[in-house]
Amino acid sequence: MSKIIVWYGEIISEKSLLKRGVAFIAPGILWLMLFLIIPSVLLAIASFAGRGEYGELVWEFGFENYKRLAGFSLFGWTGDYLIILWRSLITAFFITLLSVILSYPLAFFIASRSPKKRYIWLTILIIPFWTNMVIRTYAWFIILAPDLPFAKLAAFLKLIPNGSPLYPGAFAVYLGMISIFLPFVALPLYSSVEKLNWELVEAARDLYASKTRIFMQAILPQTLPGLSIGIILTFVPAIGTFVTPDMLGGAKYMLVGNLIANQFGASRDWAFGAAISMGLSLLTLGSLYFYTVKAKKK
Amino acid sequence: MLYNKEIYSFARQCENFNRRNTVVFRGLKFSYNAANGQIKKLYNKIGNILKNGLTLEGINKKFGETETLKHIWLKAKAGKFLTLLGPSGCGKTTLLRIIAGLEIPDIGKVILGNQDITMMPAEKREINIVFQNYALFPHLNIFENIAFGLKARKFPKAIIKKRVEKKLEVLALQGFENRRPHQLSGGQKQRVALARALVNEPEVLLLDEPMSALDARLRAKVQVELRRLQQKLQKTFILVTHDQDEALVVSDHIAVMKEGRIIQTGAASEVYDNPKTEFVAEFLGAANLIKGEASGEGIKTEIGFLKLKKMPAWINGTVAIRPEWIKIRETMPSINGIKGKVAEIIYRGSEFDIRLQPCNLRVKTSAYRNFKQGDEIFIELAPEELAILDE
Repeated sequence: MSKIIVWYGEIISEKSLLKRGVAFIAPGILWLMLFLIIPSVLLAIASFAGRGEYGELVWEFGFENYKRLAGFSLFGWTGDYLIILWRSLITAFFITLLSVILSYPLAFFIASRSPKKRYIWLTILIIPFWTNMVIRTYAWFIILAPDLPFAKLAAFLKLIPNGSPLYPGAFAVYLGMISIFLPFVALPLYSSVEKLNWELVEAARDLYASKTRIFMQAILPQTLPGLSIGIILTFVPAIGTFVTPDMLGGAKYMLVGNLIANQFGASRDWAFGAAISMGLSLLTLGSLYFYTVKAKKK
Repeated sequence: MLYNKEIYSFARQCENFNRRNTVVFRGLKFSYNAANGQIKKLYNKIGNILKNGLTLEGINKKFGETETLKHIWLKAKAGKFLTLLGPSGCGKTTLLRIIAGLEIPDIGKVILGNQDITMMPAEKREINIVFQNYALFPHLNIFENIAFGLKARKFPKAIIKKRVEKKLEVLALQGFENRRPHQLSGGQKQRVALARALVNEPEVLLLDEPMSALDARLRAKVQVELRRLQQKLQKTFILVTHDQDEALVVSDHIAVMKEGRIIQTGAASEVYDNPKTEFVAEFLGAANLIKGEASGEGIKTEIGFLKLKKMPAWINGTVAIRPEWIKIRETMPSINGIKGKVAEIIYRGSEFDIRLQPCNLRVKTSAYRNFKQGDEIFIELAPEELAILDE
């Protein structure tokens, strides 16, 4: 006879509570096992495999792919792959940073509207989600096309030659990616700003705080929960993002997402693709670890 | 002389702080030469400014269509404890926020010492506030919370440490330095909020209902502690509260507010003893209000003729007497005596609340007697105990 307990008001035996818990959790765990853990392990194994003549996986294990990723090849050392990884990291960092800088005023603006208007603004912020990402990215081709105001302005400032578009390149990638990731930062940040205790801001002011100090001590700590979610939701996908840099960056701005896609597509080198993927995962985990440790210290 | 200690500590801190022998005090620059004994002169100069206290001149404030404050004139004497007392929604908190610099009045001036600070931003005012919910910074520990103001003004670390530690000692908070606000009880949080404001040595300390979150027993204790602290520091304290007991316990002066106006100001005992309106009489303590018509040496009322100590300015008006001022007599008194029947007795431990009929008077007595419902007793409303209201 199992022990009878009161579980948040419900009288139940420990045994049936356990059974119920297992029934609830099992599908989720199973899903994760089948579609996340096992594929990840397979990917890790594949990253140590080799490439056959026709691009098939050859089960001869070694560190060849990782050596290649680090830049060692038959013809000596090259930093190309590391540069792409580093560029992805930096791009993701700046896209996250710019999204945060843009989101703060936006979040405060929306939170200070009347409740009715708030929903209108939030809807405007969410509308892009309703459109396919490829189509949204294509829209940039039109906006940045040659002989349209933006390109003309850039040509006038002698930033690009006359009659050329503003893509492909880093600028277009940043524009496209920030427009995609801005809501991911702005929405969680808004939910934090909405709950902001303004009395702390007043207290900081009353205690002689400068504007920077007010932000750092009274606003930032209070908005940190939303900000953290926003940063993770932006940084992690941004580091491995594929569609936007592929379309707007082209060959001029190769990021790790495109590199991986190439290995599984045109180059048909799955093993090397798997190795880059592992590198990307480690990079992402490392960044997140760095971020949480830093955030905890603060 | 009252301020010497205070100015001394201020100037000493300036000496440590400012090597150029100039003290900036409320925007006024004073130069001094420590070697020539000019410091004393400086103290006197600043002391003269300090003595003026805080003055509010014709403050008006509207939020939308609501007139929150109407023509407020008020003086908070330097080194005294002033309480703004009134029911919720009377504008007392808005007035406090105007003094703190967290609101700007539509019309009127806030004057500290001899300087108009109406438009001076909060972070420049030598005024600190203790918020109702304390507004402690949750991510900072207690030491950092208390040091916040000093750090913002870039005091040297050693001085910050010394001053914070002193405040920790004064407010019995030693050992809590490294805790976070959420690990403290309500009373402790309140003391941290007090320390955080006081460590800046403000001219005026504002307290926005700081005891509303404490339970009754703790509140009574903290009230006495607050009073002691103010007397020790000799600083100007301005407290906002709706609790009349609290106002009486802590204050030197009370300003009673109602619907955006100040109804009556004065020393605490004066306001209690001589209420000028029905509102003050009933809000500050309990009162029997007796309407009457002036006649001869007193007034004619429903319960009989009452002799007064002096004649009122009105023909038809009201006098007030507090339940504890009514005396119970064995026989019918010759002056202002009334016979009544005990209609209700409420036992309060140290005293009885008795309601008499048909005169409908409430009497408070600590004299032990076995009163029973229906007993007939004699009471005396002595002329010197009858407060004559303004109308």
